[in-house]
Amino acid sequence: MSDVHLIRITVNGEPCEVAVEARRTLSDVLRHDLGYTGTHVGCEHGICGACTVLVDGAPTRACLMFGVQADDCEVETVEGLADGDELSPLQAAFSEHHGLQCGFCTPGFLMLATALLRENLDPSDEEIRDAMASNLCRCTGYQGILEAVRAAADAR
Amino acid sequence: MKPAAFEYHRVETVEDALERLGELGEDAKVLAGGQSLVPMMNFRIVRPSALVDLSRVPDLAYVARDGDALRIGALALHREIEHGDDELLEGFGVLKAAAPLVGHFPIRARGTFGGSVAHGDPASEWCILTLLLDGEIVARAPGGERTIPAADFFLGFFTTALEPGEIVSEVRFARPAPHAALEEFARRHGDFAIVAAAAAVDTDDGGTCTHARVVIGGVDEVPLRVEAAEAILTGSDLGEEAIEEAARVAEREVEPSADIHGSAEYRKHLTAVLLRRALRRAVGDEG
Amino acid sequence: MSADGRWVGRSIPAVEHRRHLTGDGAFVDDLQRPHLRHLAFVRSPHPAARIAAVDAEAARAVPGVEAVLVAGDLGDVAPLIPALARDDFVPVEMPLLARDRVRHAGEPVAMVVATSPHAAEDGAERVRVDYEEEPAVASLEAAIAGDAPCVHDDAPGNLLLDVQFADDDVGPDFDRAAAVVEATIRTGRVTAAPMEGRACLAEWDRREDRALLYTSTQVPHIVRTAVAGILELPERRLRVIAPDVGGGFGQKCVIAREEALTLIAARAVGRPVKWVEDRQENLTAGYQGHDQRYEVRAAFDADGRILALDADILCDVGAYSNHPFTCGVEPLMAATEMFAAYRGGRYRARARAVATHKPPMAPYRGVSRPQIVVVLERLLQKAARALDLDPVEIRRRNLIPDDGFPHETPTGLAIDRGSYRESLDRCAAMLGYADFAERRRAARESGRLLGIGFSCFAERTGYGSQAFSQRKMTMTPGYETAWVRMDPGAGVTVAIGTSGHGQQHRTTLAQIAADALGVEPGRIEVVQGDTDATPYGWGTFASRSTVVGGGSTKRAATALGERLKRIGAHMLEAAPEDLELRNGAVVVRGSPDHAVALEDIARLAHLEVHKLPGDIEPGLDAQASFDPPGTFSNATHGAIVEIDPETGRVSVERYAVVEDCGVMINPAIVEGQVRGGVAQGIAAALYEEVLHAEDGQPQSTSFMDYLVPTAAEIPRIEIDHLETPSEFSETGAKGMGEGGTMGAPGCIATAVADAVAHLGIEIDTLPITPERLQRALRSARAPEGEAV
Repeated sequence: MSDVHLIRITVNGEPCEVAVEARRTLSDVLRHDLGYTGTHVGCEHGICGACTVLVDGAPTRACLMFGVQADDCEVETVEGLADGDELSPLQAAFSEHHGLQCGFCTPGFLMLATALLRENLDPSDEEIRDAMASNLCRCTGYQGILEAVRAAADAR
Repeated sequence: MKPAAFEYHRVETVEDALERLGELGEDAKVLAGGQSLVPMMNFRIVRPSALVDLSRVPDLAYVARDGDALRIGALALHREIEHGDDELLEGFGVLKAAAPLVGHFPIRARGTFGGSVAHGDPASEWCILTLLLDGEIVARAPGGERTIPAADFFLGFFTTALEPGEIVSEVRFARPAPHAALEEFARRHGDFAIVAAAAAVDTDDGGTCTHARVVIGGVDEVPLRVEAAEAILTGSDLGEEAIEEAARVAEREVEPSADIHGSAEYRKHLTAVLLRRALRRAVGDEG
Repeated sequence: MSADGRWVGRSIPAVEHRRHLTGDGAFVDDLQRPHLRHLAFVRSPHPAARIAAVDAEAARAVPGVEAVLVAGDLGDVAPLIPALARDDFVPVEMPLLARDRVRHAGEPVAMVVATSPHAAEDGAERVRVDYEEEPAVASLEAAIAGDAPCVHDDAPGNLLLDVQFADDDVGPDFDRAAAVVEATIRTGRVTAAPMEGRACLAEWDRREDRALLYTSTQVPHIVRTAVAGILELPERRLRVIAPDVGGGFGQKCVIAREEALTLIAARAVGRPVKWVEDRQENLTAGYQGHDQRYEVRAAFDADGRILALDADILCDVGAYSNHPFTCGVEPLMAATEMFAAYRGGRYRARARAVATHKPPMAPYRGVSRPQIVVVLERLLQKAARALDLDPVEIRRRNLIPDDGFPHETPTGLAIDRGSYRESLDRCAAMLGYADFAERRRAARESGRLLGIGFSCFAERTGYGSQAFSQRKMTMTPGYETAWVRMDPGAGVTVAIGTSGHGQQHRTTLAQIAADALGVEPGRIEVVQGDTDATPYGWGTFASRSTVVGGGSTKRAATALGERLKRIGAHMLEAAPEDLELRNGAVVVRGSPDHAVALEDIARLAHLEVHKLPGDIEPGLDAQASFDPPGTFSNATHGAIVEIDPETGRVSVERYAVVEDCGVMINPAIVEGQVRGGVAQGIAAALYEEVLHAEDGQPQSTSFMDYLVPTAAEIPRIEIDHLETPSEFSETGAKGMGEGGTMGAPGCIATAVADAVAHLGIEIDTLPITPERLQRALRSARAPEGEAV
């Protein structure tokens, strides 16, 4: 009955090999098979974006992709953002601008913003708002998040 | 919200996909970007016995011109239209303008044009525009391929003319539509429209409308062409009076059903509001 | 450090940030255990039905399924019967698993334990339950109709609480009133929708013979007491841990049946068991609230002063009471706190908790105050129109004046000093109120609809056991205890029973303790959320943690400071009263060179106690409790909105908050609470509504249907602060966790009403959906306007 596949994926530069049942989503595989629990799961239907990671550079809802589909892919998660103990400028900006409270949605927003800032070197406020409107946050009212992304964009 | 078990098959070519689908039978489904299918599987609303993953088929992800015609490979991502080259999309600016309305940034980074069309959501921007622009859906089957006009493709809620074992390989638009626009209303950023209205018009040198096409989404089981509204526009000067009359006729013609997002009455009302806006933009729009 | 050397008042970055920015946070579902099993619930698809039979045979045969439990398999468990010690309250049992009847769609009927969450769901869908459907009551109106089916046999008329606040006859005031205004205000059912749903991991520690329950809760000690009671375990044999918690907003300040059930499942299979609520469960079976109707009538004198108010309040509390607050929390709060910021006059109210076949209510952020604010602001707006008064001026006249403190409300609440009128004046100025009438007029001429609205309110916070005792709960929350300890290396640990879940208490409580001890906050660890490691306490809800937790922290830290000074006095050969704590040392006041470092004191107190004077015991710890009477924050919210007359869409052009929560411990955290609260309030005003069909079927089952707003819908929120220190908290701080949510619906409702006032449209139903508003706009062309 269960359909198990051996996949190879690279997570934050580290190659991993793991056997996954076909129906396990990428978020299941990252979190529970590979231990990258920084990626959170908030709705499992692609609306909240807490599980956003980058797959081959593209922002991806990890709940809307099966782990087996990530075979041979490069995945980036929140665990890969800091350089050792040093927070990335984006992470530091989230702290400075109080862009988080409970922290559950934060990894998804960080990965979403990472994708935006890579793709758009000089985003307008409207472009930042539009992109950040892809994910849900229940604590902050979003202002700190938008200000943090603005600051990280300006600091480059 | 964990999907029921299924078998997973990745294929590298369309031929492999077709062969695999033939073997797996009717309960197998094609997986492209997965942005519509996977949530339905997580809710167990859809429970295919097997998925045939097309996403690695290299030769289906293209946006290309063939003279006047625009050809969009089934695996072209939404974002490839959104960020498409203006010259490449010349005459099809309505597609580029509508692309940012398709879901969110990450959805557009994985979802595919062909996947949306094959999914057949009556409020989907791509389904509406495929009908508006007289698109043709190229369906591949083991025996060869056939071309299905958009008018014959959408049959009902999430139901299309695709036969089991067939795969959408391309959506083709023969004729540019420089004067076209889509307007939609959703309560929240990135959501499916409650109602969307799209219009395309052509005029002669004197400004008289020679051809008009009106499609409304969210008011029926399929994107709905409103010929009565088109008839009013055709031959008119596309002035406010004609636009107003077309909007009122469309409002009268559509027979939406209600859900928690909008009553039938409200959807009818939005039909007029949005069609008016779409027509004004189409008429004013040179893009 | 600030110029005066204090940490309180500074927006230092929260220490909680780092773990969440790096992915090192640990929420329940991030916890792994060997041999972990997973739990899925079989939930009723019907709002009302008898259970004829349950057949789990097929489910047990599903690969990976290890156990299926139904009500009869639960063994010896005590019933959960939330109660108030009041004659007007009807206690009803909330079964852990439904036995013979289900009373709302989503009610758990059976549970399946399996080797993966996927297999558990496979099993759950194969449990066959034969239901005999019964007619459901799914709205207030249906529930109070004469022939309504009873949700509970022992609650005739579906009334779970029927409370009267009968003032002397209000009649004469209505007779002599210059204006009498009436309204029926209806607010839609909403849900907290924390980004992390509820979640539990339970395990039985066979070595220690104890149970361990990790749960996403705001109230770990209450969970321990309740779950130990249900399982008939001695409390000491249960340890409850709230790890990182992804928001709660009240949904997690009550007991979830699933908390007890997860532990029962772990006991049954002898393995650790995890349950992670999915979004569909959270939206359909999780606690909800704010589903209320107010029929109100108010009498005003010619100056616009409220003479009297008569209110009939109905709260749809769903199928059961929550523990420990019960379903009384909404009607009682509504009735007692109707008048707070506004002085009011004579007051008569009847408040009822009405049972329906919908999920039970929990005290969601604001609890009835968002509704009260809508009621009063709309009444004042209507009265201003009737009396031809300026809507800001009529508010001003009714607000507590600056010399009116302490003010006693008609229900006997004592309102402490605040800045009621000043906050209104400032907010009006921020939004350019003086010029707005002209803007609105010009907009109307060009076919646009602009409106301005305000809400002024008092937020009751930080109240202790005396205040809670008036609710007559079976347990009386209110106080908080802190342990403050210094280790041999002079590091400080504060342990407390409040349980932050996004409020950054580790930062603010450390700031408070830092000032009391004269050290940097970085030297202080704050421990919360573990019943083994913290004193018994009530957790985090009702905007209490900064006042009550902060107060006990300050008291305990101050007590420790006194101890440090006594030892320092001995070491410095000085008198303790001449000493102060600063810069990590005990210092002779006015003689900074004459000092002893805390490290030296800590070393002496732990490692060289033979050098201590005989009257000083070894060790450095202190304990203190705080049980305050409560203190009221105040704020004015103001908004300018624009309506798209064609679609009915409301856009918020500007949103301003002038708030006064006394001394701010950390202004950035205060502002985060304000903005997040306002976002939830705007959501309730314009977007979110948990809908049930007439037959009780849930219709808002996903985030596609329940519209939590995104960054595109929530405007920038401008904030100005006033600071009236509280006399009733140790720190001068007032609580402020709910004010944002309380103020926004009334502010948005009056702004929208202002925009359409000239059309005769009343805005009395929330959320103000585009469809509702558009329908009213359309029928406004008819002579009789329609209420929205």
